[in-house]
Amino acid sequence: MKLTVWTYEGPPHVGAMRVATAMKGLHYVLHAPQGDTYADLLFTMIERRDHRPPVSYTTFQARDLGSDTATLFKESCKDAFDRFQPEAIIVGASCTAELIQDDPGGLSESMGLPVPVIPLELPSYQRKENFGASETFYEICRALSAPVERTPEITCNILGPTALGFRHRDDVVELSSILESLGIAVNVVAPLDATPADIQRLGVAHFNVMLYPETCETACRWLEREYKQPFTKTVPIGVGATRDFIAEVKAIAGLPDTVVDDSRLRLPWYSRSVDSTYLTGKRVFIFGDGTHAIAAARIAKEEMGFEVVGLGCYNREFARPVRACAKELGLEALITDDYLEVEAAIEALQPEMILGTQMERHIGKRLGIPCAVISAPVHVQDFPARFSPQVGWEGANVIFDTWVHPLVMGLEEHLLHMFREDFEFHDDAGASHHGSHTPAAQKRRVVEEKTDTPEPVIKDGVTWLAGAEKELRKIPFFVRGKARRNTEKFAVEQGVTSISIETLYEAKAHYAR
Amino acid sequence: MNAFAQIKPPSVGCGNAPVLKQRGQREVFCGLTSIVWLHRKIQDAFFLVVGSRTCAHLLQSAAGVMIFAEPRFGTAILEEKDLAGLADANEELDREVERLLARRPDIRQLFLVGSCPSEVIKLDLSRAAERLTQAHAPQVRVLNFTGSGIETTFTQGEDECLASMVPVLPETDAEQLLLVGALPDVVEDQLVGLIEALGVPVVKALPSRNADTEVGIGPNTKFIVAQPFLGATAGALAGRGAQHLAAPFPFGEEGTTAWLRTIAEAFNVSPEKFDEVTAAPRARAQKAVAAASERLSGKSVFFFPDSQLEIPLARFLTRECGMTALEIGAPYIHRDLVSADLDLIAEGPVLSEGQDVDLQLDRCRAAKPDLTVCGLGLANPLEAEDLATKWAIELVFTPIHGYEQAGDLAALFAKPLKRREGLTL
Repeated sequence: MKLTVWTYEGPPHVGAMRVATAMKGLHYVLHAPQGDTYADLLFTMIERRDHRPPVSYTTFQARDLGSDTATLFKESCKDAFDRFQPEAIIVGASCTAELIQDDPGGLSESMGLPVPVIPLELPSYQRKENFGASETFYEICRALSAPVERTPEITCNILGPTALGFRHRDDVVELSSILESLGIAVNVVAPLDATPADIQRLGVAHFNVMLYPETCETACRWLEREYKQPFTKTVPIGVGATRDFIAEVKAIAGLPDTVVDDSRLRLPWYSRSVDSTYLTGKRVFIFGDGTHAIAAARIAKEEMGFEVVGLGCYNREFARPVRACAKELGLEALITDDYLEVEAAIEALQPEMILGTQMERHIGKRLGIPCAVISAPVHVQDFPARFSPQVGWEGANVIFDTWVHPLVMGLEEHLLHMFREDFEFHDDAGASHHGSHTPAAQKRRVVEEKTDTPEPVIKDGVTWLAGAEKELRKIPFFVRGKARRNTEKFAVEQGVTSISIETLYEAKAHYAR
Repeated sequence: MNAFAQIKPPSVGCGNAPVLKQRGQREVFCGLTSIVWLHRKIQDAFFLVVGSRTCAHLLQSAAGVMIFAEPRFGTAILEEKDLAGLADANEELDREVERLLARRPDIRQLFLVGSCPSEVIKLDLSRAAERLTQAHAPQVRVLNFTGSGIETTFTQGEDECLASMVPVLPETDAEQLLLVGALPDVVEDQLVGLIEALGVPVVKALPSRNADTEVGIGPNTKFIVAQPFLGATAGALAGRGAQHLAAPFPFGEEGTTAWLRTIAEAFNVSPEKFDEVTAAPRARAQKAVAAASERLSGKSVFFFPDSQLEIPLARFLTRECGMTALEIGAPYIHRDLVSADLDLIAEGPVLSEGQDVDLQLDRCRAAKPDLTVCGLGLANPLEAEDLATKWAIELVFTPIHGYEQAGDLAALFAKPLKRREGLTL
């Protein structure tokens, strides 16, 4: 038993739903109690899908447990087939149905439906959402693909994009255009928008693009064994990774090493331009799914000039590559699905920026640290109306903007703090400097009186004298926490019990980098 | 003494209308979802779901928000080894509770909430609650209820929670009114204010905002229910000797007046006093509803089952906002509580209980309502089919009871129609 307040990943059957919902002509019959239909709203609300996910739930209740839930499952299966006429059906159980052991696979097999029925075994009490998606896609490939002739021209499949994926929709568009610029046609994109018939002809492609290892590595490995289809190992997120990916594709496809058109790419110049100087050495903490975290680490270090001070992922399946990546950066990877541990790590490291998930964005808000979102779990904000990929040239441009944006905001806030005492720019002033927003003078006086005589603050046996406390407040908010900790640490080391302005600046000199 | 003015029922109401019952996929939340508002209402309680990753995922998805502070609900996720041996599961639970309470000394009430998996493996949470109460009394009281999907639908979670509190309420002989249902504080304060102004001596609320507020119960307690889904709680209170005041629910001007009048009659308040207290807020409510329901008048509405609020809300929309109900679907029709509302709805709409969502969608498409009230899983797909929708879940999270919210309630339904009128796309 593990107390969980919030989870990065849902249960494995939600992963199966992400595959089923991504595809067309496929239906998922899910043996599940009433209430598990909540998962529909992830797709209709967060992703704004205009169709219900193609999932029929048995929604059994307590009274059914006494009678016959197996019959209920078969009825649901039959109703779903009659109504939706899918080309193929996947069947499985959610966590509760797993306990009652009705065997949806065996039951549906005995029904003799005229379409392929693919049973899923997803251990709900051991595994999570990404595993569910990966396993489902693999089982679908195994059941539906068939040996076929290769196309005469060089073609590939793009594998991995699902429903409810982080920017999957736009990544497919960007990646297809890059492949097209290399003269390689895309045979099938799967599971996103693929039909069972499309899965059947996966084998005609010369190779597979493993876009998201989380959802398709198992399938890619099987297709490599079964149909001798090699697959790309580099996920093209970032400039360097995209170039490596293109080199990998050229090698697999036997293409000459000609120059590839990257005229749409702006990140390198934006990063070299002088106004990016302030990005230099920014201490960033990175956390997300394994693939996006590793990609972000490379971009942060090589393409933005940041210093990576922490790296981790929540999906244990990718602990090994994340650990290896962290080691190269001289770090110890944080592998956990407990956001409180992540928060503690961030708090201890006091980075200047976080690259994380929506949860780290909230952690950042609490700790006053700017954050850009780089990875699932998804939020309605991760499905913007505009084209906003992560992979390829445009993905690199999008990432530059996304990462710099919270920092620019941070600078603005810094300026606001600098001018806090200014007669026009103080806490009580409205957003506008027009006359109608002029605040009551009296209210302002109270604020000033308060700030004039700060109370001595005592922490760990060290007292901040009023003057030092006031001086500390003049330091930009995003380094203030670090300055406070360093000064206190310095004071303790020096045996100083009360911190004066002198102590503050001695500590600053002591820790100067 | 003048008699109270009574509201006029239709010549034929829905009280005896046939009920369509179909069995198929039910597109509804389970009772765990109630925790999302219960934990806001009961400010010193922690809700510990004993369940699976699915339960945790439901809670965070239904809450629709990330967690800003450490929240007062969580899931003890069952793992493989907990399923293997129940003795171990109990030990694990005790350990998790121990750890939780040590970290959260502010917690005074702990609810162990049963889920589908905990019930299927027959983990006895009532015994666990007894054991843990002994271990942590008097600082913390541990209770248990079920929020599982196999036992409860959405708002029934609140019913189970409140019902679990009834047996431990202390006995009292005081003449008092108990207001039952987890209402937003602002609404509760308004209603209690009105009832006190009527001259009712003691007004208490269940649930109270914290464990220290003494709420007793006894033969001189009369209780009135503010939410139509509290059938089990009403039964438990009656079982303790309290007297149920049956009334239409306090939605809209008419509903609120009828509800308050039931209290007034039970406590021998004079009609003059009643009019004196209610006249001003009644007039405000009528004015606000009239303004907000302009767009609703003459339009049709179709309810998918969701929160059990459907019947009282259909009564409000048809009688006060000029709408026509085509179908009123409810997950469960608790006649003891909603018959007063049913009697006030003119015959005509299909009344359905339970659900086969695919068949109901077929009926909805055929009926082409001007407004469909449904859950979040159905709203966007129906909008894509050009049917205007109102998310039902907003109706349980938003203050909608009483006079001062009557206009807001009408406006909630009018907003989707207003938006469609305003967009040129």
